[in-house]
Order: sequence, then structure tokens, then C-alpha cells
Amino acid sequence: MLAFHIGKFILKRTLKFVTLLFAVVVLTFMLVSLSPVDPIQSYLGAEMMVVSEEQKEEIAEYYGVNQPKLQQFFKWLKMFLQGDLGTSLVYRQDVLSIIQEKFVASFALMALSWSMAGILGYALGVIAGMNKGTFADRAIKLYCFVLASTPTFWIAILLLIVFSLWLGLFPIGLGTPIGVVSEQVTWLDRLKHILLPAATLSVIGVSNITLHTRQKVIDVLDSEFIRFARAKGEEGFTLFKRHVFRNTLFPAISVHFASFGELFGGAILAEQVFSYPGLGLAIVQAGLNSDVPLMMGIVVFSTFFVFIGNLLADVLYTMIDLRMKNGEAI
Amino acid sequence: MNIVYKFRDETNEEIEKIKSNFLLEVNHLSLTIERVGKGSDVEHLHVIRDFHLNIHQGEVVAIVGASGSGKSLLADAILGIHPKNSLIEGNIKYENQPLTEKRKKRLRGNDILLIPQMTNALDPLMKAGKQVESFIKQKNKQKIVKDIFQKVGLDPAVYHQIPSTLSGGMIRRIFIAMALASKVKLIIADEPTNGLDAEALDELLFQLKMLANDNRGIVMITHDLEAAMKIADKIAVFYAGETVEIADRKNVRKAGKFRHPYSRALWNALPQNGFVPIECSQPSPAEEIIGCSFASYCPEATKRCGTEKPELREVENGEMVRCFYA
Repeated sequence: MLAFHIGKFILKRTLKFVTLLFAVVVLTFMLVSLSPVDPIQSYLGAEMMVVSEEQKEEIAEYYGVNQPKLQQFFKWLKMFLQGDLGTSLVYRQDVLSIIQEKFVASFALMALSWSMAGILGYALGVIAGMNKGTFADRAIKLYCFVLASTPTFWIAILLLIVFSLWLGLFPIGLGTPIGVVSEQVTWLDRLKHILLPAATLSVIGVSNITLHTRQKVIDVLDSEFIRFARAKGEEGFTLFKRHVFRNTLFPAISVHFASFGELFGGAILAEQVFSYPGLGLAIVQAGLNSDVPLMMGIVVFSTFFVFIGNLLADVLYTMIDLRMKNGEAI
Repeated sequence: MNIVYKFRDETNEEIEKIKSNFLLEVNHLSLTIERVGKGSDVEHLHVIRDFHLNIHQGEVVAIVGASGSGKSLLADAILGIHPKNSLIEGNIKYENQPLTEKRKKRLRGNDILLIPQMTNALDPLMKAGKQVESFIKQKNKQKIVKDIFQKVGLDPAVYHQIPSTLSGGMIRRIFIAMALASKVKLIIADEPTNGLDAEALDELLFQLKMLANDNRGIVMITHDLEAAMKIADKIAVFYAGETVEIADRKNVRKAGKFRHPYSRALWNALPQNGFVPIECSQPSPAEEIIGCSFASYCPEATKRCGTEKPELREVENGEMVRCFYA
């Protein structure tokens, strides 16, 4: 019975993912096709002037630029299904290896900011919820509302100005120091470069989890078992540790997993401002230069990544629910 | 169990002394909730108006009143866990010392225990046994809890279960187990009989009685006069936020009736006493009451009842009534 449920769950999710991926791929292809940027021009760059019309024709022929769009799409799809994502026009490299390289940098950035936002957001949410109506609560709520309506790039620029320009504590951009051979780059260097973009994403990412946790804490504090715990003499931190913590932590975690998508969107902007060499920077390059293979590759990958995040959130929630139904303590 | 029986071996003088030593004594207790309505209107809800109660060690006192009459807030007020927007006035004494908010904080869970009404009062994510354990100070907690579980008729395996897998009856037993595990002297049971079938009800009442025999005071808040008549030594009838009568159960049984017209109406509404429906509703807590709160429904009301508020007065042997004519 359980195996049947798990099988059904996996089948349903896979089907959902395949349809989602197909829709995303078609839409992306349509949008890039409508782009006014000439792929040949962006491929050749400054050499545009020296290359003759015949050579341009040959390049176009080679890459299939003049073929009907539908045919181009199916060609891409066929190669994709064979596991070949093609070659990037901008980087002149295999798309898969670019994604691999950029993803490591982006993943470090997202993992760091995701954990920071999670811990900070949960803590702020608990403080606000436990002290509902006080100055601390109102200050935290105001912070969340302001940040929720602040664009990521603006925060990024602000942090850049304050911490890199004025205080000089952090480098102004890139993922590693300029003029240093990659073998000589230390962990400390990497950390220094990642901290500001990560802070940008955390500062923004906090509001969602804080407001959600705050509400959850208030709901829990309003419940009958908290009234009873108070009647038993529990208060303040003891009350939080014994009852509020476990009743709010798991909902917070699963909500936080569901915020993977926003994190990805935010990362693109933050990477752009800090010239941080991750997937976000790569996708902007791909878009600006009509680099269809790279664009499609990153879109497929991002869809997969965000889908996994949401899936984890769902699985986690279902698991907690099942454990509760089966009577196992967490 | 009667107080006189309890101290049979003592001299009369000592009995008098012990009798006047209340475990809990509540006089003129009122609880007002301040609610901000539309605009700047502030609405005052007089949920408890003039409440009296006293209880000795080893005694069971039932507070009987209709559902929705603010009985649960009574427990909250005594424990000091009432809502922040409420104001408490009056006199509460515990072991002859005034029960201040600070003292309530120290005593709840240690000296005074609430047995909650709702079965969702247990933490949904914590093992049942763990929740009882917090009352035990000694080592070997798990074994002690399992022993107590057996005493109240629970399988020791329940220790490892979480509340959603337990029935309402089992959860009530866990509450009793908490009372047994703790060293509290006063237990306030808030509607402990709600939703129990006849058999489970009798068992629960028996367990409460056992707790009382262990020299603890039990305040049982209930709407079920019949259940109250089974175990209570004294019955305090609660109407419109006031104690309208404190009666000795034995005397009620003997006389076959209460003194106050409202208590009598409750009594007559019991199936074995004629099943006469009560033709009254509680006045709204927002209302200011002039005169007797029951005057508009009372068959014996006179002009005086509508204009003058009767005070709770002693009739005999600690029995009290709030009526000019009883």
C-alpha cells in the first residue's frame, strides 16, 4: 500500500515536471527567436567587419540559423533528449561544462544565503511572534515589509556602496581576486567575494520566512496546549524550547524550501551587480547575445533546480504529516 | 467524603480550626475584559461579576453553571493565565495568604494544577509520557510515569505515543496521571467530563475522588449537575458571573432541593427530577445588571429583586445563597 502511494507520487511528479519543462522550453525558445539580436553578429563580435558575407552565410548555414524556427527547435529537442545541450556561442564551450562550472559558484552563493536567511528569518520570526505587539515585533514587521518591497539590485548596490566603497571591507565584485592565478586563490578570498552577494540575498530572503514564522508562532501561542503549558507554570524560554520550537520549525523549513525559485531570481540580479561569475551572470550574457543553446541549457537546469526545491518542501511536509498520523514523535 | 469524617480523631476545637483554614478562598472575584470596538469605543465585558468559593484540603467542590457562562475564565483567573486585556478584582487567598499574580506564577504547576477541558491541550508533537515527566523531580522518570499510567488504566506503551493517536478518554487519563505525578495540593478540573460515555465518566469521577482522598482539594468546573452531585462535597452554582448558591451536597440530597431559584431550575431540569426545561438565558456580559441577575426569569421575583442587588449570605454551616427570600 505504501509502495503504491510512493509510486503514484513519483509518477505524478515526474509527469508534472515533464510538462512543466516542455512548456518552459517552448516559451524560452519562442522568446529568444523573437529577439532582434543577430546571433551571427554576437558570435563574431568585433570580427564582424573583417568577415565576408559568404563566410557569414557559411557560419549561418553551419549553425542552422536560417532554418525555419520549428525545425531549429526540434533539432535542439532531439539533441537534448540525447543528452547533448550544444555549444555556447558566447563562451565557445560545451554548455554542460559551462553550467557545471557556473553552478558550483552559484550554488555556494545560494546555499550560503539560503541558510543565513533561514536561520536569521526563523529567529526574527520567533522574536516577533513571542513578543507580539511590542516594539520589537513592530520593528521586525516593518523591516520585513520594507524589504519585501525593495528590489534586490537596489539592496545590492547599497551594500556595495557602504561596505566596499566607503568601508572598504569587501572587494567590489567578481568571485576571486583580480590578477591572481586560480591555484593561488585561498578560501578566505572566495569567502570575501561571496559574502556581500550572499548578504544581499539573505537580507531580502528573510522577510518571507520571518513573517511566516511570526504568524505560526502566534497561532501556536494561541493554542490550547500552550494555555495548558502556561497553567503548568512554563514561561518564556522554557515554553519556547519545550513547545513552540518543534511546532514551528518544520513548517518554517518546508516554507523555506519552497522559496528556491525566488532565490534563483534574486541570484541573477545579485550576481549581475557584483559581477559574480555564476549561472545568473551567464544567463544574462546568453540573453543579451542570443546564445540560444546556453540560454536553453540554463533554463532547463534552473527549472530542474527549482522543481527539486519545491519537491523537497512537499516531501518534507508530507513526511511530517505522515509521522504525526502514524504517531511517531519528531 | 465529609470534612467532619475526615478529622474524626481530632477534638471539636481542632475541627473548627481546620475548618476555618481554607486551602483556597475566593471572595468578590470579578473579571472584566476590555474590548476595543469600532472607533474609540471601549466595551467592557463583565464575564465574572461576583464570585465566591472556598475549599478545604481533601474536599471536592463543583462549580456548576451553564455552558458559555465564563467558567473557564474562572480557572484562568485563579491560575493567573487570564487574557492580557482583562482586569481581575477581588480577594483570592491560598493557604491563608493573598494569592498575588507573582505568587500565582510560582504556584501554578507546583501547588495548583489545571486539568484542561480540551483534549487538544497536549503538545501534538511531544510523546505523551514526556509531557507527564515534567512534573517529576526524581530520577528514573520514565519508570515512574509508566507506573502511574498503569495506575490510571493506561498501557505503559502509551508513554511513547503522541496525542493524535490517543482517544479522548486516554488523554483524560493522562491528565489524571499528571495530577498523580505532581505534588500539587489544589486541582482545578475544567469540564473534565465533557464527551465521556457513562462508564468513562464514572471512572473519571472515581479518579478525581481518589485524588481528593489523597488530601488534595479539587475544584471541578462543570455544566453537568448530575456528575457534580455524584462526587462533590459542596456545590457552587454559577449564574451570570456570580455565585448564586453554595450548597452542601448531602443537605441537597436530604432536602431534595436547592435554595436559590436558579439552582432549583437546574435541579428540576435533570431527567430524574422532572426534566423541566430551564426558561432563561444568561444575561449578556456587556450588560450592567441592577438588582438580582435572575430577577427577570425568577417565578418568585418581587419589586425589590429588580432594584436591589442581593448579597451572598450565609444560611447555615457554610452554606450560602444570593437571594432575599431563600
